[in-house]
Amino acid sequence: MTALGELQRMRRGSGGTLGGKKENKAAFVFLAPWFAGLLFITAGPIVASLVLGFTDYNLIQPPEFNGLDNFTRMLSDTRLHHALGVTLVYVVVSVPLQLACALGLALLLDRGLRGLAFYRSAFYLPSLLGSSVAIAVLWKQIFGAEGLVNQVLAVFGVEGRGWISDPGTALSTLIVLNVWTFGAPMVIFLAGLRQIPAMYYEAAATDGAGKWTQFRRITIPLLSPIVFFNLVLQIIHAFQSFTQAFVVSGGSGGPSDSTLFYTLYLYQRGFGSFDMGYASALAWLLLVIIAGFTAVNFWAARFWVVYDD
Amino acid sequence: MTNLRKAVKHAALLLLALVMLYPVLWMVVSSLRPNSEIFHRPGLILDSLQVQNYGEGWNALASPFGHYMANSAILVLACIIGNLVSCSMAAYAFARLDFTGKRLWFAIMLGTIMLPIHVIIVPQYILFSHLDWVNTFLPLVVPKFLATDAFFVFLMVQFIRGLPRELDEAARIDGCGHARIFVRIILPLMLPALATTVIFTFIWTWNDFFSQLIYLTDPEMYTVPVALRSFVDATVSTSWGSMFAMSVVSLLPVFLAFLVGQRYLIRGIATTGGK
Repeated sequence: MTALGELQRMRRGSGGTLGGKKENKAAFVFLAPWFAGLLFITAGPIVASLVLGFTDYNLIQPPEFNGLDNFTRMLSDTRLHHALGVTLVYVVVSVPLQLACALGLALLLDRGLRGLAFYRSAFYLPSLLGSSVAIAVLWKQIFGAEGLVNQVLAVFGVEGRGWISDPGTALSTLIVLNVWTFGAPMVIFLAGLRQIPAMYYEAAATDGAGKWTQFRRITIPLLSPIVFFNLVLQIIHAFQSFTQAFVVSGGSGGPSDSTLFYTLYLYQRGFGSFDMGYASALAWLLLVIIAGFTAVNFWAARFWVVYDD
Repeated sequence: MTNLRKAVKHAALLLLALVMLYPVLWMVVSSLRPNSEIFHRPGLILDSLQVQNYGEGWNALASPFGHYMANSAILVLACIIGNLVSCSMAAYAFARLDFTGKRLWFAIMLGTIMLPIHVIIVPQYILFSHLDWVNTFLPLVVPKFLATDAFFVFLMVQFIRGLPRELDEAARIDGCGHARIFVRIILPLMLPALATTVIFTFIWTWNDFFSQLIYLTDPEMYTVPVALRSFVDATVSTSWGSMFAMSVVSLLPVFLAFLVGQRYLIRGIATTGGK
């Protein structure tokens, strides 16, 4: 059972009720660190950043209330609009591609294939390495003008280009990097496929259903909650991409802002120019956007996700 | 399936695995090549061993690279301890205790799994800079002692729920309090979940760039990701060999953790869905 599944079940009110005597004192002791974390590290700062979003604050002078200034500034901030566009393209293109690879490979690897453990490890490894600075360094080289990609293309007589220095292709190299990390959702798909009882397929085969029908009528519906889970999580995850764009562009989001992820722009405003009030407002906008995407996902789920409980 | 189709399938899978891992293999090989070759040799065959790339890279920054490795190791160790202690305590309460508002708190905890750090980093930074904690490991470690990595709380809740309740009840009849049940019975039984936590915390903290970049600006305090990034920005493109060498060094601990803890990693993301 996944965290999302748990939340959905609670929303539908089938989480099971509690009875009996409360153990509030013991619970408070065990949860004391978590409550402190909620107050100071997670929920508290969310509230604080909402308040700071209405101020002008540079860390040195005390915050000064400036009404809706930060939000009206957003409306005319063309770099912000550009960053939103870059991030949306990145999320909308890379996540479906990544999940398609993950699902495709999971289907290929399923059902007692020999060497499963080896393949699974080989495909999973990139998703452990993908967010590291080292891989971003590597990406900067392989998609450079004289990088590995162009060397390989030259072998086939194709003329390459500076993929990262060209604003038209820089973002695509980061999309490729995200697709490269399809191993983590693939492992989740594999676990989901294993939950589908083999007898469903046997029964369908006895009734004369072909492979394609089995896939459409058994695999897809029974796997749909896992697809949903991966979709929600990978979208949230993709919105947070930072390291790759930062390293590849030297922190600028270039060339011509073509890799200016939202998080990178937030970093520049907050920690480059210490414009904390505006950065707080930007952080809130990010939260609203991600929450919006997640809400739409949950809403759309009722049309395509099949629940068996 | 016929043997031919099986063979084709394996060949395709092997080819794909090779394509996927090729860039990393090529980086390892290139880290042992002279700089001039890195731009002309797409293959994996080495004719000479340019081991000095490693020496040059190791000493390219203000401190030897070992200094940054040590910083990362200290940070990782502290984060692991923090996550083990705080997340297991919270998980015990959520899995085994009944208390007012439990469903609401639990839902909030699940919600924070999906909370991006970018949303809370600004006020967090303001708080920690007022405490004068910038350029120490405290802003990176203290949150781990406060169970803020809710992913692990959830992982452990799932695990504890799978343990038979009769064990706790028998202990309670024998007069054990919750502290003793937790330490003596639950913790030893949840070692696999703790192992998963150790491995994931290790890899995520070792790789984490965003928060280390923000909180560690003094080169003395640099960890591996931040040091590696300053290396990239400081060097001209002629020293790819030594840059690759240090990239390989920085990935080595992750790779070893993967080899040792594969089983726990796969099980961890398969049961809870990963990050």
